[in-house]
Amino acid sequence: MGEFKVHRVRFFDYMPSAIRALAFNQPNETMAVARMDGAVEIFLVSDKFFQGKIIPGRDQCGIEGLTWVGERLFSAGLNGQITEYDLKNQRVKYTIDAYGGPIWAITGNQQGTHLAVGCEDGTVKLFAVNEDKIQFERNLDRQKGRIVSLSWHPSGSKIAAGMIDMIQIFNVETGQSIHRMLTDRGTSRSKECMVWCVVYLSDGTIISGDSGGMVKMWNDHTGTLIKSHNVSTCDVLALSVSRNEDSIVAGTSEGFVVQFQFISLVLEKNDKEWVRTRTFRNHTHDVRAVAEITTAVVSGGMDTQLVVRPLLDKIEVNSSASALQKIIFPHRSLVSCARKAGLMLFQYPGHLELWRLGESEGQGIPGSSLLVKTNPEKLLHLKVKGEDHIRCSAVSPCGEWIAYSTASSLGLYRLHCDNNNISITKISKIPKVLSSAKLCFSSDSSHLFSASTQSSVHVVSLSQSGCKLVGTLKPKSGSHQAIHLLAASEDGKWLASANSDHEVHVYNLQKKELHCTVPIYSSAVSAMAIHPETNCLFMMHADQRMFEFSIEQKQYSDWSRSVQRNGLHYIWLERDTPCLNVMFNPQNPSHVILHDTYMFCIIDKSLPLPDVKTQFLNQLTLKSLPKEKRKSESHAFKVCKTFREMLHVELMSDQSLVVVERPLVDISTQLPAPIKQKKFAT
Amino acid sequence: MFREAKNMVERSDIRVVRCGGSKINFRPPIISNDSRFVLCVSGDSVKVYSTRTEEWLHSLQGHTKQVTGIAFNPANHLQVYSCSADGTVKLWDFIDGILIKTFIIGSPLFALYVSKEHEGVIFLHLSKGTHHKNECFQLVSTHLPKSADQEVEAKELSVVSSHISPNPSCTAFGRGGEYIAFARKLQLDVYFFRKQKTYSFYLKATDKKGAKNAFTCIACNPTDDCIATGHEDGKIRLWRNFNHKKEYTYSTLHWHHNAVNTLCFTPEGTNLLSGGIESVLVQWQCGAGSKKDVLPRLGGSILHVSASPDGQLFCVSHSDNKITVIEDGFKVSGLIQGLVTGDTVLTDLMIDPRSKALVLNGKPGHLQFYSLLRDKHLYNLDIVQQEYIYEAGLDQFEVVKAVFDVKGSWLATVEERGRESSDLEFFLKLWAFDETTQSFVLNTSISAAHTDRIISMCFSSSEETTMLVTTAEDSQFKAWCQGADADTQQDQNFWSCDFVGSYHNLKPTNCTFSADSSLLAVSFQEVVTVWSPDTWELLTTLCQPPGQIRDLCFGRLSCSKYLLGTTTKNLLCCWNLLTCALEWSTSLEVSKLQADPLSENVAAFSYQSKHTDLFVFKPSEPLPLFTHEKVCSEKVHRAIFVPREELLNGCDERCQWLNGSQLYFLTQNMDLMTFSMATEEDRMLSSSKRLVIDDSIAVTPFYLLLGKHRQQQQKLNTPSHPAADKPQQKQSSVSIKQLLHTPAHVLPAASVLCSMFVNSLLISNTGVREEMESSEQEMDSEKEEEDSEGEMETRDSQQDLRAQGSVDEVTPKLSKAQERELKRVRKTDFSWMTGLIVSKP
Repeated sequence: MGEFKVHRVRFFDYMPSAIRALAFNQPNETMAVARMDGAVEIFLVSDKFFQGKIIPGRDQCGIEGLTWVGERLFSAGLNGQITEYDLKNQRVKYTIDAYGGPIWAITGNQQGTHLAVGCEDGTVKLFAVNEDKIQFERNLDRQKGRIVSLSWHPSGSKIAAGMIDMIQIFNVETGQSIHRMLTDRGTSRSKECMVWCVVYLSDGTIISGDSGGMVKMWNDHTGTLIKSHNVSTCDVLALSVSRNEDSIVAGTSEGFVVQFQFISLVLEKNDKEWVRTRTFRNHTHDVRAVAEITTAVVSGGMDTQLVVRPLLDKIEVNSSASALQKIIFPHRSLVSCARKAGLMLFQYPGHLELWRLGESEGQGIPGSSLLVKTNPEKLLHLKVKGEDHIRCSAVSPCGEWIAYSTASSLGLYRLHCDNNNISITKISKIPKVLSSAKLCFSSDSSHLFSASTQSSVHVVSLSQSGCKLVGTLKPKSGSHQAIHLLAASEDGKWLASANSDHEVHVYNLQKKELHCTVPIYSSAVSAMAIHPETNCLFMMHADQRMFEFSIEQKQYSDWSRSVQRNGLHYIWLERDTPCLNVMFNPQNPSHVILHDTYMFCIIDKSLPLPDVKTQFLNQLTLKSLPKEKRKSESHAFKVCKTFREMLHVELMSDQSLVVVERPLVDISTQLPAPIKQKKFAT
Repeated sequence: MFREAKNMVERSDIRVVRCGGSKINFRPPIISNDSRFVLCVSGDSVKVYSTRTEEWLHSLQGHTKQVTGIAFNPANHLQVYSCSADGTVKLWDFIDGILIKTFIIGSPLFALYVSKEHEGVIFLHLSKGTHHKNECFQLVSTHLPKSADQEVEAKELSVVSSHISPNPSCTAFGRGGEYIAFARKLQLDVYFFRKQKTYSFYLKATDKKGAKNAFTCIACNPTDDCIATGHEDGKIRLWRNFNHKKEYTYSTLHWHHNAVNTLCFTPEGTNLLSGGIESVLVQWQCGAGSKKDVLPRLGGSILHVSASPDGQLFCVSHSDNKITVIEDGFKVSGLIQGLVTGDTVLTDLMIDPRSKALVLNGKPGHLQFYSLLRDKHLYNLDIVQQEYIYEAGLDQFEVVKAVFDVKGSWLATVEERGRESSDLEFFLKLWAFDETTQSFVLNTSISAAHTDRIISMCFSSSEETTMLVTTAEDSQFKAWCQGADADTQQDQNFWSCDFVGSYHNLKPTNCTFSADSSLLAVSFQEVVTVWSPDTWELLTTLCQPPGQIRDLCFGRLSCSKYLLGTTTKNLLCCWNLLTCALEWSTSLEVSKLQADPLSENVAAFSYQSKHTDLFVFKPSEPLPLFTHEKVCSEKVHRAIFVPREELLNGCDERCQWLNGSQLYFLTQNMDLMTFSMATEEDRMLSSSKRLVIDDSIAVTPFYLLLGKHRQQQQKLNTPSHPAADKPQQKQSSVSIKQLLHTPAHVLPAASVLCSMFVNSLLISNTGVREEMESSEQEMDSEKEEEDSEGEMETRDSQQDLRAQGSVDEVTPKLSKAQERELKRVRKTDFSWMTGLIVSKP
């Protein structure tokens, strides 16, 4: 497997942001997640919940609601604005002020014609969804007090609005209130009862969750309470109904999700009732958003994790899909390394940090820890101007250039490092079109590649004097989705780009034209790299399959074909986090180094592939075997699980590995205190 | 010696019988339709208790082995089915205690289920025989054949499931008997009768959080289709939609911290009751999530809960052989307490010399007093005086030794904890009987009586001075006296150590006083030392290697010169204390040696080749008085002679040893057994029969009429023919029967009956005279009787006077008496009754 000197980096204080809202798009099978910092992420449900798109947030834009209207995604927040997103280019399309004060709820009707927003001033505003924009249509009858939650009747004729101490039903046509249903304040009379969430079912049942910990079922015809369930001692914050309206999930501030099912109490009879059934306890903090999708319950909240809890009764076969999945870290690398200079660039939402790795003393036996001679040093703290958060960043391999991009601008800096004096100069005069979705430096640091709109890549040549846009690489046809991965070859000849439509294009940098397109595979590329010697493009997909594509021959390599024939081991396929980085070991060309959040793996292409019966994680067994036997027993995959949750792994030029760890414990200590609960025997 | 004698002794008419105190918590109790009676299985009978008074009314006897299940006949709420390990199902009229029918199934039965929708069908647990080492149980249904015979064979069994849990609470009928649910380990099966289809659901053995998911009990909601299951880790799951393979769903309730032992839905299906080791009854509201009421401190972990058909009454049976009756409002209203045996009895069986009650370990930390005569729990004496925590795996104080002195005014107890672990803690406590409160009061508590645990102790048997001797593992024996220490205050007589003895640093095992307390024998492993308690002088040592001494006892009365001992090497020795030599010894594995305090007899229980034999012998005689083979199949470690209230007149030579006192013993299954004689049984049987007849008549106006009549008859009979009680009794019952069975058209005119009937209903408050007139016919005979008695006496005295005068007048006097007799007979017979008898063909 080889021995490496490992830098265990734990000074990247990455802190994910809490999840505020979820919106599921059934036809596309995509899940939109809004975070507290305003970022919106799109997860591909069918592709193992791969984080396909990330739209970075802005300061001061607290998203409160998220809704799909057809294929279009809208959000609204406490800044009083409605935002539509350009999902193709992964940025905000436009914002419109609703002029009703902070917006607490936004929801679109099923017909896709209207958006309703609930405002602080007590109005429900209807917006017509036009082809390119939305337009204010009218207000429904204004109420006293804010509108906290909204739900359309599936027919689009009525809207239920959750308010303080009551629920209102509006007739959309007349704009008048049909019913006013008062909620009970419960035991604490002085505390008002916030109806945090409502769901309007097609049979006229309205389900509400409130701050009294109750889930209540109302009849909209009579305006009366049918049944109430005491779910929690604290608030019920979120509700979601399944597509066929036979199940409801409710998220509570105690961190559990309760499922209600519409089942007949007496078998084989049709009078059904809502019965509280399962309880899912996967969160430590408030569950702010839940969504019931076809096969699973998805929940997220203050503990920043997106939890996918599969419903076993909806799954045909027991497989990896039936396992609980927790998504903690983004499926993009937030770290870039200057391999030659030993520098690391950490990307935070609002700033960048540049660190120099520490040095150690002497040699040690494998497994032991070395004495640190010089401590790692923070060289730079670069704050981003403006409200927008950083989309991507990169440091050149030589460590001389730093580039970052926000939604609106690109920043390029040159680093001067003489002895201990560090200074940077900002390169001015960068054209604004260069705002980028992904940045990448060539291996000799002479060029910067910037992924732009329409799946194009701008090539910028860097020199002492300044930078110059050299050319733009464009695919001949195909989609115009944003590029999320770039890989440049070591010899400076090739550049590969991967976009959200799973297309991988390879460009010839010398001729500045498209060389070839890799056959499209159904799963998104999560990591890729070009081999320095063979110039093969190695791609890892979100479904854990791997391909090796020979650029020169424009076809899959023999090894890749043998992998396809042989198939991958089920343990490999059942991992629930995608590979985040692909590297090659210059000393051993047959080695490919991969990592995901929980493991780090070296694939030795010279060894036989494991089949179903072989033990996959065989490191310990191999150790116990005599040397002669080891060879016959070993297979291509060598997995190392020594490290804690990993954000990034990089092989430096001096053959040392940098492992950026971010243990979950560290994250949970930074979270706000959860609601105190009485635990048995404490 | 004994073994040879065994062949000679024939089996006499002495029988080993289970006596009282059987487990009443073996299976769930059931409550009758009117909530007046609660029935529970108790050994090989079914006991009927009143729910209001908690009194034991009667028992349904007839099974020959352990009764394993009871259920009301769904077709008739006055009848009850019972099944037993003897392979029969019996149908009873439980109010009268009459056996109606016996169905013979053949193989041992372990549980019984019935359902209203399945008329004439009962469901039974059978053992399929040993299968892969562990026993395999199956659920079968059988149609009860309709036949007039008393005994019917029901051989047609159809198997519902061939692999079920041995725990009968893991099977339950669903709503309206449409399905039956049974759980085994991690699998829940629901069998629908109409579709004849089984749905199975599986749980994982453990999940990441370490939950133990094995099923422990099951209950079905009677109105909804909801199955509640209890689990080993204390969770309760409520299953719904279980007629789908995939879309089934369940919710979880969790309060219990240990396994849920029982679940029960109230008849309306609104509440769910659950209980476990915590001794807390939890009432969950169905459909209201985890809303619940708790009824804590019921004193004993809960084994079963059952609800009355109207849902107003719950019966909870506890591990300490107790049934708690809980009334509407979730309050305890009654307590039915059986003999508490638990899993082990640590103390010896003892007899409280005052109350003649059997004393042994009761509730944790208590001694219980149990009246053997009335088969009733009397009271508990709290020894440890600490709250007992009902949780598995806790090491808590237990009473391990207790002993009474001869008069019953002193009680010594030893409690200890930490026997398994190294840090042993124990207390020696001495209790004085307080005459005013009529109970024992703690006098002295000694925390470090010995440096190691106490093995045995005994009081001296003399009446004047009481002395306690304890032996312990620290190689010492100590004598304790009251007020011997000069430092203690005189008015409060505390106990203190008087003498410390040891012998060659050997560990003492047993100690015993001779009957007159002049000698103390202490055994030190293989050596028996005999001491004088007055001077504390070592008188002699007796040695009989090999083997350590296990039991020691002095002979009584004429045999008091003998000392008996048993060794671990299967030797029973008898030493003569006068010669200090071994009188005789025999090779016998004796597990318990018990001397009768009232006679010379000694009982020895010998365990050999998987069963226990009993030998009763006198130390002075070479042959045993009585031998009983195969008393039981387990070892007997606890036995006691209980003096009888009245001496029996010996009938058979072999039974004479039972005349003065009765021998009770405790098997390892915690069954209290005794030896009973045929004559005794006959007497008991007759008394019980009479009881049954008394009870069989409900209190109706008609009964009042007949009952009065019978009372009169009895009163009539008693003075004249006390011996002829029984036949007269029979006659009266015959006449009643005749009255009841005679067709209405042959009965005397209604007017005749009516006036009497109405008269009997009248409340007599108008005066003595009127009453006399109105109820003349009834009262007449009695009055006449009394009158004649009085007359007789006066006449007698006159007669004496006359006799002194002349002898000739004797004949007319006799004829006069005859005349009177005749007159009386004529008056006693009711005219209608005679008519009735005459009219009968």
